[in-house]
Amino acid sequence: MYEELARRCLDGEVRAVARFISLLEDGDRQAYNAMSAFASTIGHAQIVGITGPPGSGKSTLTDKLIGYFRSKEKKVAVIAVDPSSPFSGGAILGDRLRMQGHAVDPGVYIRSLASRGQLGGLSKATAFALRVLEAAGYEIVIIETVGVGQSEIDIVKVADTVVLVSVPGLGDDIQVIKAGIMEIGDVFVVNKADRDGADRVVREIRAMLETQAALKRGRSPSAGPDTLASRSIELLHHGQTGTQAAAPVEQTGLEDLPPVMKTVAETGDGVQELGACIVSQFEKARQNGALQERRLRSIKAQLKDIAAWQLMDRFADSGGEGRLKRLSEAVYLRKKDIYGAAKELTAALVKGEST
Amino acid sequence: MSDSEKLKAAVEVWNAKADKTAARFPERKQAFVTGSNAPVNRLYSPLDTQDKDYLESVGLPGEYPYTRGVQATMYRGRLWTMRQYAGFASAEDSNARYKYLLAQGQTGLSVAFDLPTQIGYDSDHALAAGEVGKVGVAIDSLEDMETLFAGIPLDKVSTSMTINAPASVLLAMYIAVAEKQGVSAEKLEGTIQNDILKEYIARGTYIYPPAPSMRLITDIFAYCSAKVPNWNTISISGYHIREAGSTAIQEVAFTLADGVAYVEAALKAGLDVDDFAPRLSFFFNAHNDLFEEVAKFRAARRVWAHIMKDRFGAKNPKSLMLRFHTQTGGSTLTAQQPENNVVRVAIQALAAVLGGTQSLHTNSRDEALALPSEDSVRIALRTQQILAYESGVAETPDPLAGSYYVETLTDSIEKGVMEYIRRIDDLGGAVKAIEKGYIQQEIQDSAYAWQMGMEKGERIVVGLNKFQVKEASPKGLLRVDPAVGERQVAKIAALKAKRDNATVKGALEALKKAAEGEDNLMPLILEAVKVYATLGEICDVLRNVFGEYRPSVMF
Amino acid sequence: MERKIRVIVAKPGLDGHDRGAKVIARALRDAGMEVIYTGLRQTPEQIVQAALQEDADVVALSILSGAHNHLFPRVVELLREKGAEDILVFGGGVIPEDDIPFLKSKGIAEVFGPGTPTQTTVDFIKTHVKRS
Repeated sequence: MYEELARRCLDGEVRAVARFISLLEDGDRQAYNAMSAFASTIGHAQIVGITGPPGSGKSTLTDKLIGYFRSKEKKVAVIAVDPSSPFSGGAILGDRLRMQGHAVDPGVYIRSLASRGQLGGLSKATAFALRVLEAAGYEIVIIETVGVGQSEIDIVKVADTVVLVSVPGLGDDIQVIKAGIMEIGDVFVVNKADRDGADRVVREIRAMLETQAALKRGRSPSAGPDTLASRSIELLHHGQTGTQAAAPVEQTGLEDLPPVMKTVAETGDGVQELGACIVSQFEKARQNGALQERRLRSIKAQLKDIAAWQLMDRFADSGGEGRLKRLSEAVYLRKKDIYGAAKELTAALVKGEST
Repeated sequence: MSDSEKLKAAVEVWNAKADKTAARFPERKQAFVTGSNAPVNRLYSPLDTQDKDYLESVGLPGEYPYTRGVQATMYRGRLWTMRQYAGFASAEDSNARYKYLLAQGQTGLSVAFDLPTQIGYDSDHALAAGEVGKVGVAIDSLEDMETLFAGIPLDKVSTSMTINAPASVLLAMYIAVAEKQGVSAEKLEGTIQNDILKEYIARGTYIYPPAPSMRLITDIFAYCSAKVPNWNTISISGYHIREAGSTAIQEVAFTLADGVAYVEAALKAGLDVDDFAPRLSFFFNAHNDLFEEVAKFRAARRVWAHIMKDRFGAKNPKSLMLRFHTQTGGSTLTAQQPENNVVRVAIQALAAVLGGTQSLHTNSRDEALALPSEDSVRIALRTQQILAYESGVAETPDPLAGSYYVETLTDSIEKGVMEYIRRIDDLGGAVKAIEKGYIQQEIQDSAYAWQMGMEKGERIVVGLNKFQVKEASPKGLLRVDPAVGERQVAKIAALKAKRDNATVKGALEALKKAAEGEDNLMPLILEAVKVYATLGEICDVLRNVFGEYRPSVMF
Repeated sequence: MERKIRVIVAKPGLDGHDRGAKVIARALRDAGMEVIYTGLRQTPEQIVQAALQEDADVVALSILSGAHNHLFPRVVELLREKGAEDILVFGGGVIPEDDIPFLKSKGIAEVFGPGTPTQTTVDFIKTHVKRS
C-alpha cells in the first residue's frame, strides 16, 4: 500500500500526495520508509519559506506569489502552518481562505498543517512533505509560518530562500523581526507599504542588516564615525525616504546584504518584483555555491536527526524500556554512575541488544 | 434625616430581610443577567437614579439628548411606519406581494434583493447559480425595476431598499423609474441601506475594498443632498451585527462606531456636517430581553446626540437625532414549535415601540424555516397593529422613563458603548478595527459564549433546549420556483439583443474613466442604467478599477 | 502520533451569514479536530479541491440562502467524480425539512437545522467519519 501510494505521488496524484503528507504528519514509520521512492527527485523544487508576525499579510502575499509563479508556468505547492489549540489539540486553519482563488487550478496544491503542540515533530513532517511535493512535480514549494519562535524558524530553515515579512504599524516595529530571525532572511519584505511608516521600517531593517554585517566583519558598532553601524544609525535618524514602492531599496554599496522590498499584497503592488527577486536570489545562490552548501548542511542536519530517531525507534521496538528502567534503578541505588550507564545503553543499542 | 437618608436606611433593612429570604428560599439562579450578560440586581430604587441630572442626561421627548425620543409627541402625532421587508423571485412576484401588503394597510415598502443582486452579479453569472430570486427579488437591469414598481406611484410611497455594495446602482434605477412615472427626484422618499462597514463585519455582501466603498457612499451623500433631498442616504445597521451574535452593547457600539466613520469620511470629502447628517438613519435589532432592549434604544439616541454635538460640532438639531428602523431578531426565532415565534416577535416589537422606533419590521413565525408565507406575514403585521391600536403603549412618549431599572440599564449600556468606541478610536477607527478583525472577533466571542451558554442550559430557549415536543414538519412553506433563474437569464439575453449596445459601451467607458479619477460617480451610474446597462456590467467596471475585498478572518 | 479528524468548513453560495459556520468551526476545534475554514462564496469546485488537497475526512457545509438543493448535491457529485466518496459530507443552515430526504438521497449524510447543539454535530462526526 505504501509503495503504491508513493508511486501515485510520483504521478502527481493529488489525493495520494495529500494522504502521504497526513501519514508523515501522524509519524507513520512505514510512510517514512516508503520515502525511498523519492530519492531521485530530491532538490527538484525551489523551496521558499515565508515568515513574519501575525497580521503582516503573509497569506495574502503567498496568494499573490502563487499567481506570480503560475504566470511563469511553474507548478506551485504551499504548506501553511498554524498553531494548534493548547487546550483541545484541535486547530482552526484559516490561511487557506486567502488562497482559495487558486483552489481549482490543477497546477497549485495548498495544504494546511497544524503544529499539534509539537513543533519539533512538525518541522520533521514538513521537511519530508517537501520531498513528497517535489516528487509530485511541484517546482516551487512555499512554506508559510508565523515567525514567532525558534521552532517556527526551524520549520522555515529547510527553505532555499527565506522571505521575512514585516509591516508598519505593529507597535514597536523593529521588534517584529528580532535579531535571531534576521540572520535567516534572504529577502526582506515590508508589506502594507501604503501605510504610514513603511519607509521607516525599511530603514530600520537596512540599519539592522548593516549593523549585523559590520559585527560579522569584526568591527564594533561603536568604533567610530566611519563604521557601517554608525552610518546605519545615521540613516535611521536622518535617512532619506523616497524609496520606490516595489523596488529594492538602495544598497548603499553593500552588495551582499539581502534586498529589502516593499509590497502591498492586497493590490498586488510590488509582487512581480518580489517574485523576480526570490528567483534571482535563488539563482545567485546556485551560482555562487551558497545553495549547494545550504542544502548539504540541511541534509546533514536531517540525516543526524533521522539517525537518532531511528535509533530511538529501534530502542522502543525491542523493549528497550526494560533495560532503561534497570539502568536507572542502578544509578538511583548508587550502583552505577549515570555516564557509565549511558555508555552501556549505547553499546547495547548499537549491538541491537535490548534487555 | 433627609428623604434620601431615610430611603437608604430602609433599603438596608430591606436588603437584610431579602438576604434572609433568599437563604431560606434560594433564588432561581446564582446570578441574574440580561440577555447581554449584564448583571441584574435584586432591587432598583430611587437610590440608583438620584445622582442624575434629569434634564441633562434624560431630558424631555424631542429635546437634547433625545433619550426619550426624537419627537415631542412621538406616536401621539403619528404611529411608526409599519414596514415589512419583502421581495422574492422575480420582479413580477414581488410587485404582487407589495400590492398585497399596501392593501393590508402597510405604510411603506421595503425591498429585499436576492444575493446575486446584492453582490453585483447578473442572474447569468456562474456564481448566481441556485441563488437567483432566493432571498429577495432578482434585479438585473432597469427593466426589472420598472416591473417591480409597476402600478405603484413612487411619489405616494416611501421605499426602503436593503442594498449596500451596489447601492448607487439600485438608487439610480429607482430614480430612473420615477422619472418614467413623471415623478421628479426631489419628491422621492425612502432609504437605501448603503452601509458597507457592517457588511465587512457581519453580513458578507461586500464587493470592493473599504476605501473605494467609502467613496461610493460619500458620492451618494453629496448627490442626494443636492438632488434627492428627502432620501435617507444610509441606514447604519446594527441589526446584522446582533444577528451575528453580538450583545446589545456591542450592537450599539459597533453601529455608532461605523456611524462615526461615515461622518468622518463625508467631512473628509468636503461635505458640511449639517448638510448630510440629518439624512443619516439607523437600523437596530430587537431581541427578547425587553428592558435591556428598551434601554439600548434610549442609550443609542443619547450617545449619538453627544457624538454629533461634541465631536463633530453639528448645529442642526436634526443632525443630532438618531432616527431608526427596527427589525425583530431573526436569530431568536426557533424552527421548533414555530408558533411560539409569534409571541417572541410581539415582545420584541413591544421593545421597539417602547424604545421609540421610527419604523418597524416584525418577523414572521416561519422565518427560521424558509421565506415567510403570506399568512405568516399577515400575522406579523397584525402584531404591530395590535400594539398600535389596542395595547395603549403608543399613547405617551417613552412610558418607561423614570423606571429605576430602565434608567440604570440605559446608563450602563451608554457606559459600555463609550468604552468600545474609545477602544475603536485607539485602533484608528472602525475601518482599521475591521481590517484588523477586532470587531469581528469580539462578535464571534459573544456568539460562541451564547451558544455554549445555551448548550449548558444556562440560557433557556423555549422549545429548543427546554419544553421540547415531537412535531411534524411544518406545511405551507413558501418555495421559490427554481425556474426564476432561467427566466432571468432569458430576460438578460433578450435585453442585450434589443438595447443600443454602442451607447451602453460608451456609458460604461465614461464610468470607468470617472472611477479612475475623483468625480462623483452617481450621475454616470444614472446614465448607464438609463441606457439599460445591467447591474453586473456596471459593478464589473468598478470591480476592475477598485479591486475586490478579501476578508480578514480570525478565531 | 494520534490521527486527527480533519474537517473542511465551507459556505457554498453567496450568503454571508457565517455565524453558524464560525461557531461550528470553534466547537470542532474545541473537540480536538483540525478545521480548515475556507470562508464565504465558495463554489462546489473550490470546496472539493480543498477537501482533496487537505486530505479532509469531513466536509461541513453551511447555507442560509435557500440554494442548498442546488449546491449541496453538487459537492457530493464532484467528490464522487474524484473517487473521494469516503469523505463524509453534511450540511446545516435554514433548510426546510421537506428537502432533507432529497438531500440525503443525493449523498448528504445529515442535515442539521437551526438550533442544533454543537455537541450533536461533534458526536455525529465522531461516529460517522469513515477513516480511522
